[in-house]
Amino acid sequence: MRMPFSALLGLIFTGAFFFAAIFAPLIAPYDMAEVVGGVWDPVSATHWFGTDAIGRDMLTRMIYGGQTTIFVASAATILSFVLGSILGFTAAVTGGWVDQILSRIVDLIMAIPSLILALVILSVTPVTLTVLILVMGLLDATRVFRLSRAVAVDITVMDYVEAARLRGEGWAWIIFREILPNALSPLVAELGLRFIFAVLFISTLSFLGLGIQPPLADWGGIVKENSAGLVYGIPAALIPAFAIAALAISVNLVADWVLSRTTSLKGGRG
Amino acid sequence: MSDTLLSIRNLRIEATSYPPGEAPRDVVLVDDVSVDLQKGRVLGLIGESGAGKSTIGLSSMAFGRGGVRLTGGSILLNGRDIRLADARALRGLRGREVTYVAQSAAAAFNPALPLMEQVIEAALHHGMMSRAEAEARAVGLFRTLGLPNPESFGARYPHQVSGGQLQRAMTAMALCPKPDLVVFDEPTTALDVTTQIDVLAAIKDAIRDTGVAALYITHDLAVVAQVADDILVLRHGKRVEYGTTGQIITAPREAYTQALVSVRSIDHQEKPAAPAVLSVQNVTARYRGTSFDVLKNVTLDLPAGQTLAVVGESGSGKSTLARAITGLLPPTQGRITFAGRELSRDQRSRSRDDLREVQMIYQMADTAMNPRQTVGTIIGRPLEFYFGLKGEAKRARIQDLLDQIEMGKGYIDRYPAELSGGQKQRVCIARALAAKPRLIICDEVTSALDPLVADGILKLLLNLQAREGVAYLFITHDLATVKAIADRIAVMYRGEVVRYGSKTDVLTPPFDDYTDLLLSSVPEMELGWLEAVLKHRKMASAGN
Repeated sequence: MRMPFSALLGLIFTGAFFFAAIFAPLIAPYDMAEVVGGVWDPVSATHWFGTDAIGRDMLTRMIYGGQTTIFVASAATILSFVLGSILGFTAAVTGGWVDQILSRIVDLIMAIPSLILALVILSVTPVTLTVLILVMGLLDATRVFRLSRAVAVDITVMDYVEAARLRGEGWAWIIFREILPNALSPLVAELGLRFIFAVLFISTLSFLGLGIQPPLADWGGIVKENSAGLVYGIPAALIPAFAIAALAISVNLVADWVLSRTTSLKGGRG
Repeated sequence: MSDTLLSIRNLRIEATSYPPGEAPRDVVLVDDVSVDLQKGRVLGLIGESGAGKSTIGLSSMAFGRGGVRLTGGSILLNGRDIRLADARALRGLRGREVTYVAQSAAAAFNPALPLMEQVIEAALHHGMMSRAEAEARAVGLFRTLGLPNPESFGARYPHQVSGGQLQRAMTAMALCPKPDLVVFDEPTTALDVTTQIDVLAAIKDAIRDTGVAALYITHDLAVVAQVADDILVLRHGKRVEYGTTGQIITAPREAYTQALVSVRSIDHQEKPAAPAVLSVQNVTARYRGTSFDVLKNVTLDLPAGQTLAVVGESGSGKSTLARAITGLLPPTQGRITFAGRELSRDQRSRSRDDLREVQMIYQMADTAMNPRQTVGTIIGRPLEFYFGLKGEAKRARIQDLLDQIEMGKGYIDRYPAELSGGQKQRVCIARALAAKPRLIICDEVTSALDPLVADGILKLLLNLQAREGVAYLFITHDLATVKAIADRIAVMYRGEVVRYGSKTDVLTPPFDDYTDLLLSSVPEMELGWLEAVLKHRKMASAGN
């Protein structure tokens, strides 16, 4: 099948963001913490995006910030999907009290606004990358759990799952071979969406000062550092904001394309 | 001709199909079909699924379902060509000159409104009658259609009446605005056989009393023979044969029509008594959290290598019996003995061999196969799971099984979506066979298939039985199927076995009341059967 233009565009941008994140030390023109110019220097040939509040190169900050943002968001999303979908499928397949206990715990967590819950947890624990990823991943896993359980409940009542049970198959075959392939489409769509939410979430936390701690920086943190400049008409804070939006849109374009590919029932599983 | 109501000339209907993963393409659904319908006559449209009968039926109100386009020919209704009429003209036409009765009444009624509101809606909308007149007419129609308490019936909500009553209420809805033409789209297909006969009689009376013309769409020739004056046989969107009902069923000219008329013609000799492979003793079962026994004290024997047909209407407990035997619904009482050993009640505590030797084939082959697995994986998994076959040996055995179900090469890497309905059911049979079972439970395996395809599946099952010596527990509501393949028969009614024995014994009088009702309700392909049978009924319809 030919790749639609929107997907190609999304793939190019997503690829560029991830490339920059992975090879940050090779691409970045300066060192991340190095002061190379004046306060909020405008865009110039040596500083393509200008400089920040204390004279560090904005492009370098953006590249390293993107690395942190994308790494934390990816790790948290992967954690939430592995945990959420396996628990969700298990709840749907086993049913009974296993389902009841898991679902009620998830209801309980979801009843508390996740930002507030995250702020509370992060204010009493040392804020390291690992803790951040764990907190974000666990909170997001509740959403994935709900979705995958709902999808799997519909699938477990299908005759082919009953046929597999009658054959004597164990839960691993039923979850990974019968249910997962049929649940993939909504999960992939959700994956794109969840990744974006994770990017926004980590940026929010950093903006509030409870996310990535200096000397590391992420896009949310860069917005925070430069937000004071907006009052003076200095657009530095808009650059990371724009990057967040561009990443969100391009990832979603790719997710849409993967979704349309995986919905096809005649082979061609993405 | 002044009394011609509907005249379809060279009708051509197309639609765009969107096969997943491929470029969209145009398909012709109906090609060059012409037919006339006089006032007050009933025309039966008959054909298998995909023959275009519903499409033609809907075209008589110039309607095409989801993207279907009427691309050629003319549809003259009362002398006007409605094919190219604008939306405004069609709104005036639909529900006034032409009305429609859908297959699933349950899905066609709004559950939130009482029946009366919906029955008189079209008449009021078109301003044809006052509310009082419309309600009076509706009550009259309820009476004609034999609905209980016609005066107060309209106050009920759709969920408060039975399926057969709902179908009759929909007929009343179609007849209320005094249309010239009613399109009946498989109105009795979803009903039980004993209910179908009442609805059929009611529809026939109503057509006669109101003098309306009708298009009666069905796949069941025996049903259409009871109500139609003329029959149009369709196949692949083309006209095969057109004639009076008498001519079509007694002297069909075309080979295809002859096949349709003679489809229930498998000749199966009953096998002599043999030791039982499956023995169900006093089994009682209920669903979790309920206090109602769905199965009551059921006792049955199935001889090795033979077929036991379990017949009954929906709700009689026949599928529950299958679930009890497979252990999906552990019985509360009773024993199930299989090949001399007692089967554990719960499927989860059965040994792998117990599981292997009892296989199941489902009604809907679509949902019985994982759409993300190829035919090779579907058939190959039992081989791998039970016998540890791998690689080349597995592939050779899969091909061997495909040959047995008469599908040959080239199917092993296909996905279920790339198979026809009959092929899907064949793959399900191969999956069951792969386990080398001694018993296969067939749950309504031919109900969702067209008659000719179903016939092929039944013949295949009989061949496989002769070759492999496998026993079938055959669950069905279709007595023609039972006659075709059973060695022993069990008749179930409200969770109990009311009659059980060899095929000859069960089908030979004297009958108990329920078996009599069931047997006499199966439409036969002869004129006047409906009237004859209604005169001789001992028991009111069970579903009512």
